[in-house]
Order: sequence, then structure tokens, then C-alpha cells
Amino acid sequence: MNTFFIYALTGGLLSSLGLLGFILHRHLLRRLMAFNLMGSGCFLILTGLSQSHQGVDAVPQALVLTGIVVAVSATALALVLIRRWYHLTGQTSLPEDVQSLEKTSSKEAQG
Amino acid sequence: MLDWYFWLPLLVLSTSLVASGFIFWINENRSQLRSGINLTAAVLKIALVVIILLGVMGGEVYETRFALLADIDFVLRADALGVMFAGLSSVLWLFTTIYAIGYLEGTPNRRRFFGFFGLCVASTLGIAFAGNLFTFLIFYELLTLSTYPLVVHRGTAKALRAGKIYLIYTLGGGLVLLMGVLWLYGLAGDLSFYGRNHLDALAVTQPAALKWIFFLLIAGLSVKAAMVPFHGWLPQAMVAPAPVSALLHAVAVVKAGAFGIVRVVYDVYGITLTWELGLLLPLGIAAAVTIIYGSIRALMQEDIKKRLAFSTISQVSYIALGISLFGPAGTIGGLVHLLHQGLMKVTLFFCAGNYAETLGVHKIKDLDGAGRRMPGTSLAFTIGALGMIGVPPVAGFISKWYLGIGAVAASNYWVLGVLVASSLLNAAYFLPVLYRIWFRPQEQPWPHERVLGRWDTSLWLLVPALVTAALSLLAGVFAASGFSPLTWVELITSREYLP
Amino acid sequence: MSSLLQELPQLLPWLVILPLFWALFSLALGVLYRHWIAGVFIFLLLATNLILIGQWLLLGDLYYSLGDWDVPLGIQLRLDGVALAMVTVTSLVTAACSLHASTYLDDYPRAQQYFWPLLAFTWASLNVIWLSADLFNLYVGLELLGLSAVGLVALTGQTEALGAALRYLYAALLGSLAYLLGVALIYSGYGQLDLPALSGLLESDASTRLALALMTLGLLLKTAIFPLHIWLPPAHGKALPPVSALLSALVVKASFYILVRLWLEAGLQVVVPSAAQFMGALGAGAVFWGGWMAWRQTELKMLVAYSTVAQLGYLMLIFPLMVGVSPTAAQLAWEGGWLQLIAHALAKAAMFLAAGNLVLAMRRPDIIGLHGVGRFLPFSLLGFGLAGVSIMGLPPSGGFMAKWLLLQSALASGQWWWLLVLAGGSALSAVYIFKVYQQCYIEDTEVDNFRHPSLLLDLSSITLALLALSLGIFSAWPQALLATALSGGGV
Repeated sequence: MNTFFIYALTGGLLSSLGLLGFILHRHLLRRLMAFNLMGSGCFLILTGLSQSHQGVDAVPQALVLTGIVVAVSATALALVLIRRWYHLTGQTSLPEDVQSLEKTSSKEAQG
Repeated sequence: MLDWYFWLPLLVLSTSLVASGFIFWINENRSQLRSGINLTAAVLKIALVVIILLGVMGGEVYETRFALLADIDFVLRADALGVMFAGLSSVLWLFTTIYAIGYLEGTPNRRRFFGFFGLCVASTLGIAFAGNLFTFLIFYELLTLSTYPLVVHRGTAKALRAGKIYLIYTLGGGLVLLMGVLWLYGLAGDLSFYGRNHLDALAVTQPAALKWIFFLLIAGLSVKAAMVPFHGWLPQAMVAPAPVSALLHAVAVVKAGAFGIVRVVYDVYGITLTWELGLLLPLGIAAAVTIIYGSIRALMQEDIKKRLAFSTISQVSYIALGISLFGPAGTIGGLVHLLHQGLMKVTLFFCAGNYAETLGVHKIKDLDGAGRRMPGTSLAFTIGALGMIGVPPVAGFISKWYLGIGAVAASNYWVLGVLVASSLLNAAYFLPVLYRIWFRPQEQPWPHERVLGRWDTSLWLLVPALVTAALSLLAGVFAASGFSPLTWVELITSREYLP
Repeated sequence: MSSLLQELPQLLPWLVILPLFWALFSLALGVLYRHWIAGVFIFLLLATNLILIGQWLLLGDLYYSLGDWDVPLGIQLRLDGVALAMVTVTSLVTAACSLHASTYLDDYPRAQQYFWPLLAFTWASLNVIWLSADLFNLYVGLELLGLSAVGLVALTGQTEALGAALRYLYAALLGSLAYLLGVALIYSGYGQLDLPALSGLLESDASTRLALALMTLGLLLKTAIFPLHIWLPPAHGKALPPVSALLSALVVKASFYILVRLWLEAGLQVVVPSAAQFMGALGAGAVFWGGWMAWRQTELKMLVAYSTVAQLGYLMLIFPLMVGVSPTAAQLAWEGGWLQLIAHALAKAAMFLAAGNLVLAMRRPDIIGLHGVGRFLPFSLLGFGLAGVSIMGLPPSGGFMAKWLLLQSALASGQWWWLLVLAGGSALSAVYIFKVYQQCYIEDTEVDNFRHPSLLLDLSSITLALLALSLGIFSAWPQALLATALSGGGV
């Protein structure tokens, strides 16, 4: 048990929390935040776990840096989409299933 | 480099393929151009088939071959048997095209019709020339695909229903055939039709598997050959326009199935092996059941085309019956019937179409006195019907004669019984029709009469019927001459099947 | 000729750099010169692709280390037979979709601005994935691909498309994270992310298995394998036709590609037959559920989208047919699986483009609108009809050849139950495809009320459909490509 391993454990905890949030919440923003939490957890695991085995290592840090960039852009895209979705439908969550999505859209088309 | 021996089989196929490409391309309204392309291609195809025929007679080998997969070749090869089927299809394609031009004049969607018609003939030729089971399978499925649009051509609810039934049967049959081919391929590798006895070793080690495969192959093929119990699609498909029924359901599709059975028995398994495995008798019984059942059902039909359809079901199984008689005479009888039945049945369908188009007559009971109104058509119909019954000198007699000899030679006397019974049944369902046509006076006006020209009907419709009727008469009268179907079949039998 | 090919500089990175430049240019210039730029870059990419085929045939597998940094620190690109096949299919499909979009988007002026950069970006990320042999590079490629694909779905900005895009985005993000978690576990266990290197290293311990399971789960979600497919039909069905085509043909295949590389290149010593059978079972579920749902759809494009769900199921059969079987059976499954992927890519792209044209012409999305199409719009129908032949797996088409190989493999390894899946799936696909065909023969009216799409639209779908068909006649060529990859792989 070293510091790195504690990082990894924390990462695991955060990921699980994030996953739980992702499953339980329907609000799009909450889900997005849950996803970000999961992402951060993953990054902690990636750096922590490997360095706890092999000591300080530049590769996982480089990887995580890339990962963070990707996660930020994904978050940005999601925010844009959520905002537009809210403007169009006034809703903060997606319909429960695909069929009801079709129904809402057909109602809109009629109205 | 232009190598005739390589390209010729492919060229025969491409004549109708290219023609149908053009037909799909040109505008719906340009019917004259379309007819021109159609007829040119049909004549060209006959010419090419004749070239091949002469070459094959002289012992030449024409083969198109290239690799489809690492260990599977696409092979088109003209052998005597293939040329026979190709000759039948290409000759009848010409007459059916002429007929169809007249029949469909002024109706919509002719571009689609003739386009798929050409594709369908190309597939039939592919079946005829296929050099291994895999290539055969490709064209067999292609035939299903290209005939579906023809069956549903009219777009009515009835036609769509018939199309659905047709697809369920043929695609299902295709799947069963695929399984058989797959299994056989897994056991024996790429199966050319031209090897000899390549399954004999397997017959010692895995006879049970071979029997099952045979069952799968024949079951898959007998769907198109409309053998009982896989015949249900054929009467339904009679909703298609008359030329489609004529060419496809009397010649191309059902014969593709029968031809496939011939290939499997003679060229994949070998007749001797099939006999040794004890597979000929079940095949013969299935054929006999179909013959009798089809005839009885035909007797019960009131619609002309439906009666002809059940007659087809019955007659096509003569081919399988001939094969199942282990001996040269039976083979000759079965194979020659493939040609003769094609000529006679196409005639009958042309005539049925003429009655429907000119007089609006679809039911047998409305035919009273049709002979006086349409003597040419009725004459052709009579020749075809007499041939079906087996009255000499029409071609059908020759088939039945050889089948009978074959039955006696193989000491299968029950087959004789089947032949006699079915001939009687044929007579029972054809003679009343002939009686009505010629000897009953017309009692009520024709349901929907149209005057098409100064003859019976339009010459486009009349001439093909008369010509095919004449051909079936000539094939019988000159059976012993050098150019008859019989001579060619004897050549096949002597060259390919007798050791 | 051959010496010229040898002396050419390494072109491998240009497969990624060119589309990235394209994306930048078109983003900077907006709608200005968009068609010219697209034309130039597509030409350059096709030419690069062609030269690479020549080089590969001459020299065998190609490698390129970015900035001369070698593995493990640097990024290496690898072009083996399978990668080359994927790159080529990507070029063909994307080029055809671009051609289609160049006309189709005239009706969507607002979408024009972002379509081209996103398309180029998608192309770049696809090529990154095909060429990467490193688990983390693959992750980056996967994320980039996911983001650009979501952007493409959302392009019209309408409610339906937006909802589908969001659903897709969340599925993609979740999948990526599961995958990344697996990558983290692998790296901590082996200090390696290079696939060929890992293939000798992986051991069957708990953490490796957990890592593989997580990555597999993520990739299955991204590939939309039953029962994780819920997001796919709306995303593919509601997007613009060229986008749907691109998504169904290529984008879902990218995560499948990684899955195969992971299981059959790196992990073949670790994966157990029962797990492979489970993957096959998921595939079977996809084939039947997707086919059934496709048959129940009333909208043409949704039918095609569900057909994708079904067809992806066939791909999953590659796992049970390759794990724990004889080399002959494995070889057949390997070739058959990839051939199925290629055939489906071409045919499904053609089908989506054709469906888009038909919907455009009918002015309504449902199948009933097809009445009379056969008479008045034969060319729009042609693309759909020909593509359907390959989707049903009837000869002569690439789909048939692929199924033949898979069937052969199932037979050779004695796994007759996969025969049933393949046969039943084909029958089911015939049912829903002919459901569409059948409508085209019905004619309610003598009057042509259709809007007639531009010939370019029809041409792009017909070209792809013809490619899918001719794949059945020339399948010996791709087969040769795929066969070498197996011997070079680790099976």
C-alpha cells in the first residue's frame, strides 16, 4: 500500500459514484457531471494503479493529459447539445424510451 | 486475347444480360426500340447456342472459369446436357418474347417486365452451363430474384400474395439447397460436374451423410420443380401475365429444378452411386406420387391456367421418374421429356393467354365453340394437349414410349402402371376441353371479346403458339432424324452416362 | 512502376493528416468553396489509398513511427491487410457519401457549415483507428470518432435528431470510459499498451479478465450489439441520409474492429471458448431481435437502421467461430467475418443513401409512400434493390460470399447452432427487405406525384450497391488481403 495505490482506490470510488449517478439521474446536466466524475476516477486509476506497481512513470501521465483534453471537448459538445435540447423542448431529460421520443416528435409535427 | 473457348459460355449469358441492362436504361415509351433490342438479343443468343451446340457435337470444350474465393471457382461450361437446356431456353425465349410484346402492348411497366425477363433468361442459361454446384446455386438463387418481379408484375393484392407464397417456397428451397451444398462441400470440397466418381470414397466412409445431403439437395431443388409436397406456389403464381406463366412456370423455373435434379443424380453423385445408396427408389416414388396427385388436382380445376399449372406439376415429374429408372432408356425418356414438355406446355400457355386476351375466357366452361372463333389457337392447343396425353405422333408420345421401355428394362412394372394411369388422367382432363372447343356450339357471348387483326387474334400472339405447336409435332414426327431432340438426348446418354 | 512505389516516401500518416487539413480548411472557410475543397481532398485521399495498396502488395505490412519515436513511447501506425481493407472501404464509402451530401445538403443550408469539417474529422478518426495498434491510441481515435459522429447526427438541430444525438453521446461516453478503465488495468498490469507486444504477455489472471471484460463491455455498447443497441436506431434513423450511411457503414464498425483486435490479436491466449460462445449468443440475439424489429417498422429509414442492428449480429459470430477451433475453421471465420463487415459497409451505405433519396422523393417517411416508386423512380429504387440483395445474403453479392465462409467455418468446427443463426437471420432479412420491395409494385395512381431527386443522389447509392454486388464476384481479392493478416496476426 503506497500513496499511488490510495489514488487508485479513490479513483475506483469516484468512478463507482459516477456510474451510480449516471444510472440514477435523468437530468441531463447531472448525468454529464456524473460522467465527468467517472472520467476523473478513471484517470486516477490509470495513473495511480500503474505507478503503484512500477514506480513513477511518464506514460500514464501523458495518457491522462490526452484523456482530459478529450473529456473536456466531450463535455463541451454535450453542453451545447443539452442547451439546444432545452431550448427546443423545454425539458431537462431525455424521454424514457425511443417510442415515446417518436410520439413527442409526431405530436410536434401535428401541432 | 480473345479466346473463344473461354468466353463463349459467358457471352451467351451476357446477350440477355446486356439486353436487359439496355432495357432498364431506355425510356418506358420507346417500345419499338425495346422490342428491337429484345429480339436481336434473342436471335443472337440462339446463334451462339447453335455455335456451341455444333462445337460440343464435335467434342469441343467451352469453359469460362475464374476464382470466386480462394478455393471456389466460378465455372460455366457447355456440355451436351447443358446445351440441351440452353437450347430449349433460348429458343423458347425468342418465341415468348414475341408473344410478350404482343401480349403486353399498351400496358404499363413494360420496361421493368422485359428487363427482369432478360435477367431471368440469363439466370436460366447460367443454370444450364453451371459447371459446379456452387455456380449452379448462384444462378438458382438469381432466378428466384429475377422472377419475383414478374410474378407480382400486375401489383394487385392477389399478385402480391402469390409473390409472397412464391418467395417463401423458393427462398426456403434455396436455403435448404444451400445447406446441402455446404455440407457436401465441407465433406468433399469443390464439386465440379465433370469429375467422375468423386464421391465413391465417401460413400464407403460416410454413406449416411451422403444420403442426408442427397435428401437436402433434392428437397431444395424439388421446390422449383414443384414436386409434391413443395408444389403449392405454382398454381398461385398463375396470376402472373401469360408469357410469364408460359416461359417461367412451364419452362425456366420448374425446369431449373428438374435440371438440377438431373445434375445431382448424374453429375454429382453419379447414377451408379445413387442407385447403390438406394436413393433412386424414393426419388421415383416421390415423382410417381407427384404425377398422380398433380393429374387428379388438374382434373378438379375449372380455371384453364390452373388446370395447366397442375398438369405442369404432374408432367415435370416424368423427368425425375425417368431418372429414377436405372437404365439408358429411362434416362432418355426423362431427358427428352424435359424438351418435349417445354415445347408442348409453352404452346398450351400461349393458347390459354390468347383465349383470355381475345375472348376474355378464363374458365373451361366458357370455351364452348372457341374452335370456330379462333381456329389457329385452338389447333395449337389441340396439338399441345394431345402431346401431353401421349398421342402419337406428337412429341409427348416419344417421351412416354421411352419411359415405358425404361420401366420394363428396369423391371419396374409399377412405373408402367403410373404411366398408364397418368395418361388416362391426362386424357380425362384434356379431352373434355378439346370437346368443348371443337364440338360444342357457342351458347353465350364471349365474356370480353376484342378484335385483334383479321386472324384469330394479333399475329404477335398467334404465330408463337403455332410455331411451338409445330415444333412439338415435328419433334415427334422426325424423332428418328438427325436433328431431333431425341437424337441429342441419345448423344448425351451415350456420351455421358454409359460407361 | 514497382521501383517508383518503393521510392515514394511513407504515405501512411497522410491518411490521417489529409482529412485533418480538410477539416481545418473547411472550418476556416465555412461554406465557401466547400465542394472544391472536398473534391481536392477526396482525390488526394483516394490517390494515397491507391498508392498504399500498391506499396502494400509490393512490400507487405507497412509501419510508421510518428516523429521517429518508437514504441512504447512514440505512436506507431501499422498497415496490415485488414487495416488496408478497412482504409479502402472507408475511402470508398466516405467518397460516395460526400458525393451524395454535396447535392442533398442543398436543402439544409444551415447544416452545410459543419457537415464538411465533421465529415473530414470522422474520416481522420476512422483512419486513426484502422492504423493504430496501441490500446490508448485506439481510445483517442474512438473518442474523436464518437464526438464527430454525434455532431453529425445533431447536424439538422431538430428535436428528433437532437434527442438521438444526446442518447448516442451518452452511450458513447459511457462506452469509452468502460474501455478506458480496462486500458488502465492493462497498463498497470503489464506496462504495455501495444497490441502485438501484449499478445505474448497477457495472462489469465483476475485483473486481466476484468480489464478485458470492461473493454469488451464498452466496445459492445459503442458497436450497439444487442441488448446494448437501444441508442442506434434513432441515431441512424433520424440523421441525414449521408450521415446515417456513414454511421451504419463505418462508425459502428470501428469499435467492432477494436474488439476483434483485442480478442483475437492480443487476447487469444486468454479468452475462453465459453466467453466466445456468449459473444456469439449476443450476436444471435441481435440477428433475431434486429430482424424482427426491422420487420415491424413503418418508417423506411428506421427499418434500415434496425437492419443494421441485425447485421452487426453476424459480425459477432467471428468470436465463437475462431476461439478454440481448428486453424482451418478459424481461417474461414476470420475471412468471412471481415468480408461480412466490408459487404455490409458497402451495402448498408448504399441502402441508407437510397432510402434517403426515396424519402426525399416521396415527401413522407413511411413505407406505404413507396407505392408507384417502381414506375416513376426506377433509379432511386435500383440502389435500394441491389443493396437489399447483399443484405439478404443472396448471390451474387458480397453478403452471400461472407455468409458462405461463415457457414463453412461453423460446419468445419461442428458448431451447427451458428448455422441455424445464419440461415434464420438470412430468412428474416428476406422478410423485411421484401416487405419494402413489395410496396414498390403497388400502384395507386397513374399520376407522378414524386419529387425527382438529382441523378447524382441516385448515382452515389447505385455505385455503392454495385460495389457490394461485385464484391461477390471478386471476393478472391479482399480474401487474399484478409488471409495474410491472419498469418501475420497471432492466431
